[in-house]
Amino acid sequence: MTRDPCDKCEEILQEFLDRTLTNEEWAEAESHLVGCDYCRRRYRFEETLRRYVKTSAVERMPAGLMDKLNELRGLDATA
Amino acid sequence: MSEPEPATEARRIAAEARDRARFEDEALALADQVYRVARRLVGSREEAEDLVQETYARAFRSWRSFTPGTNMRAWLLRILTNLNVDRGRRIQRSPQTQPLEEGDYYLANKVASAAGEEALEQEQVVERMSQDSIVNALAEIQPQFREVVVLVDIGDFTYADAAQILDVPIGTVMSRLHRGRRALKQKLAEDALT
Repeated sequence: MTRDPCDKCEEILQEFLDRTLTNEEWAEAESHLVGCDYCRRRYRFEETLRRYVKTSAVERMPAGLMDKLNELRGLDATA
Repeated sequence: MSEPEPATEARRIAAEARDRARFEDEALALADQVYRVARRLVGSREEAEDLVQETYARAFRSWRSFTPGTNMRAWLLRILTNLNVDRGRRIQRSPQTQPLEEGDYYLANKVASAAGEEALEQEQVVERMSQDSIVNALAEIQPQFREVVVLVDIGDFTYADAAQILDVPIGTVMSRLHRGRRALKQKLAEDALT
């Protein structure tokens, strides 16, 4: 069930996390977070989730690929 | 016009070789980051390796079209995403998911109702999800949304870079990102809590 999500939060949370708000919007968002327990928990949840998605989804380059890429050096535009 | 002096011509060739080597060094230093994005855009490690090699082959051939001082990572990723389209890797559209009333709150609320109110505070809520479930959920998102989520949330590109790479307006990046993240959370919720 929906627990009456905070509309204000819905609007700004993603951009707040993306650090794309203007200074004014940022200040507004921050002061809202200070006063809104639900949004604060949502913020922490989203932040943790994003971090986890990132660490889970990152896979190191397979061994040997770098050598193959190095062999491509000097490729001619007409080749 | 007279022919260039042989010495002048030799210097020009040497300077170009240096520029080219510098370009290649700079591009290769980004290979790990390029691979990271490629790996999540395609289905397998082998495909990702192929895609990265094709990207570098094309980049090295057309190195003169790169403007020094501009964002090389974005330039490489633009080549990569175009190649990915060319190779027809986005043929498989995942079934359209139904928008949920709760929207972004879906996962958080399901977790909260399954594990108790205080669970929202706990980092373990997220950590309970397996790495595989994240990777699988990501792979199931529609390609056009996945592309943006991978670039911004995994590749650390700004909205503006992603817009440049994908050749779409920033507003489109933002709306796709929003929908992509929402779809990701929905899939994670389905996977983790059913």
